This record gives sequence, structure tokens and C-alpha cells, in this order.
Amino acid sequence: MNDFTTWDVFRNLLAAVPWTIYLSLIAFAGGAAVSLILLSLRFAFPRVAGRPVRLYVQVFQGTPLLMQLFLVYFGLALMGVQTTPLFAASLCLSVYSSAYLTETWYGCVLAVPKGQWEASSSLGLKHWQQMLLIVLPQALRLSVPPTVGLMVQIVKNTSLASIVGFVELTRASQIIANATFEPFLAYGAVALIYFVICFSISLCGRHLEKRIRI
Amino acid sequence: MSNLASSAALAQASPSSAPSGHAIELVGVNKWYGEFHVLKDINLKVHRGERIVICGPSGSGKSTMIRCINRLEEHQQGTIIVDGIELTNDLKRIDEIRREVGMCFQHFNLFPHLTILENLTLAPIWVRKMPKKEADELAMHFLTKVKIPEQAHKYPGQLSGGQQQRVAIARALCMKPKILLFDEPTSALDPEMVKEVLETMVSLAEEGMTMLCVTHEMGFARQVANRVIFMDAGQIIEMNEPEPFFSNPQHERTRLFLSQILGH
Repeated sequence: MNDFTTWDVFRNLLAAVPWTIYLSLIAFAGGAAVSLILLSLRFAFPRVAGRPVRLYVQVFQGTPLLMQLFLVYFGLALMGVQTTPLFAASLCLSVYSSAYLTETWYGCVLAVPKGQWEASSSLGLKHWQQMLLIVLPQALRLSVPPTVGLMVQIVKNTSLASIVGFVELTRASQIIANATFEPFLAYGAVALIYFVICFSISLCGRHLEKRIRI
Repeated sequence: MSNLASSAALAQASPSSAPSGHAIELVGVNKWYGEFHVLKDINLKVHRGERIVICGPSGSGKSTMIRCINRLEEHQQGTIIVDGIELTNDLKRIDEIRREVGMCFQHFNLFPHLTILENLTLAPIWVRKMPKKEADELAMHFLTKVKIPEQAHKYPGQLSGGQQQRVAIARALCMKPKILLFDEPTSALDPEMVKEVLETMVSLAEEGMTMLCVTHEMGFARQVANRVIFMDAGQIIEMNEPEPFFSNPQHERTRLFLSQILGH
């Protein structure tokens, strides 16, 4: 039997870090793209699109990400569609984050005071000009803290991809724990790495918040 | 009355025809918030260059009335004609009217993410399609007029309340409006800042701007108003020139109101 040093454990874990980060980036980018489309629809056609968008958000916020992963990965396989763990994880995480981002960003737009709409109306600005020049820039500032919070959630949620066999941090730590018989070291180390990633994101967020505050 | 009715009929027949004699005409305007009847059969004609002060207890509909004039609120019944254009659901007409009607709010509603200069040039550039350089010059002209040109590159949050309200007035002026609406412009200000805002408004009045002003500053009303209106429970109770309005109010409710706000 091989002896594993603590460094070996960390080295192997660190090798899996890029996958966690890739997956987080895909989930965030995909989620942001989808939610921007949904938000545009919701604001442009509130009567037609309001209900379906709300339903979408409710469905994906109200079901566990784990079930969504199972359904996509194993469900699609049952229907004869072969997926890869990466595809299934990316799809589910994107959809899941898009639900939260849509709701959060919608709230940020609504949080811009009504007086801003009234003042820009009274000046004769058109609706799209009000949105683009007055409301969205202010909503963007409001959205930084909750968006950073969601990014941290996304990073932690990527650990669920391990369930369908995608080798990211959590899956790597399981493999290492099984090989070294030192679960406390492996899982402790992986928790520390998650914390470092998430804490860095929070720090960046705080910095960004300070820079754009008026 | 027949005169009023016929001019309303005329305006209805050709709503976007040449401006009629009045800057603003409200004929039989009614508005409800659900069950609540906020505006009850409001009739008001405002001449060009006229300054009107509207007072009344809170909830009397005075703000709602002036907010109907630039369609921040929708009226359900009656006719509103602004600068010869009848207000309907036609967005083009609403835009047309808003270009000619400036408004100042109780809480200023400056755009916090833009500098003072950008606050002023935004509408001229995007609505009037004015070149930026020209808009900048125009903005500086009006900032000088309200006596704060040195604040041009600051953000609204860095200014005092009185300064912010003067910026808001300058912002409205940059659109070169024919009519200015003021919705309690000094109510949110500390007492020592009220004066500087009122001075700005007096100088506008002296230049012949058509002004409708919801305020409880009765000194201002005496000094500049052509007519003072008292509203209560959604109705215009009394309308008169300032001198008779203050010295000899006709209606009991007006007397009570005046004694309450002038009494201390």
C-alpha cells in the first residue's frame, strides 16, 4: 500500500479545482444569459410573459438541484439520449442559477424608486430610454451584493455534480478519501479549498460594491 | 360655462390643432383610485403666463390633479388639454405634452448615478436630440441661473436638499418647458433651505413662466400667484386672487384651513 502525504492529498485536490471553477463559470454564464432573456421578456411583455417566467422560476427554485440532475442525467439516458456528466451538470446548474438570478435581478429593477420613473417620464423620456439610462444602471448597483451571494451558492452547488460522476473537487475528495482511508483529511482539505474560493469571490464583490457606490 | 363647453368641444374635434388660448384646460375631470373618488368634477383653465398656487389638506387631491396634467396619473373622466393638445392614451401625445411640461417633485428625484451636469443634459440630448456640447452649455446656463454652477460635476448625494431642488428646477428648465408643475417643492426641505428654493421660483415667475404650484408657502402665494386654489376632498372649493383669497375667504372650509396653517 502506498503512503500518501498531506501534500499528495492537497496536490490531487488542487488538480480538480479548475473543473469546479469551469463548472461554476458555465453555470453562472449560462444562468445569466437565460435570466437576461427571461427578464427582457418579462419587462417587454409583462402580460404575456409574466406568468410563464414566474412559473419557470418557481419550478426550478422549488425542486432540489439533485433531483434535476438525476432527471436529466439518468432520465435522458432512459429515453435513449446519451449525455455526459459535464453536459448534464452544466445544463442543470445553468437552469437552476437562472431561476435565482431572474428573481433576484427582477427584484433589483423593482427596487429602483418609483420617483426615478416619474422624473424621467416628466422629462419626456421614452420607456426604453428610462429603462436603459435611468433604471438599469441603478438596478445594476443594487444587484451586486445579492449576485455575489448567488455566485458563492453556485460554486458550492457544483459539488452536486459529483453525484453523476463528474470529477470536480467533491468527487476528487471522495476518491482520495477512499484511497487514503483518511476521510477527515480529504474532506477537511476540500472544505478549506471551497472556503478559499468562496471567500475570494466575496472579497471581490465587496471591492466592487465600494467602487460603484455613490 | 357655454364658452367653456364649446372650446372643449372644439378641442375634441381637432385635438392637435393650433394651441387654444389656454395653457391648460381641465373640464369635468374625475378620477378614482378603486372605490375612492380622488378628483371630483375638476374644472380649471390656466392662462398662458399665469401662476397658480394650490393648497389644501393632505389627501385633498391637489398633487393628483397636477400629476394628471403630465399623465403621471391617468384621469378616468373629463378632458385635459395642455398647450392645445388633448391628453388621451396616445403615447405620442403624452410624449409631446411631457416635452412642454416640466415638473419638480417633493423629493427632487434627481438621478443619483449621474452627475449634476448629466442630470441636466440627459433629456435635452435624448428627447430634444441636442448635440452634447450645446446641451452642456444650456445646462451651465441654467445652473448659473439657480446659482450653483460650481456643483456641475458632483453627484446629487453630495448636495444639500435646497441645492438638489434647485438642480431639479434647472433640470426641468433645460427642456425649455412652457409650463412648470411643482409638487410641494419645499416640503421635504429644512427651513433654512426653503428660502433659496422659493427665490428661484419667484424669479421664474417674474419671467412669465406658466406655473402650477402645490405648496403651503402662503407668503409665496401672496407674492407671485395670480390665483390661489383651495382643494378639499377632491374638489376645488375656492379659487380667487390672493388678496381676496386670504383676506376674505368665501368658504368656511377655506377659512378653517387658512387659520390652521397661518395660525402659528
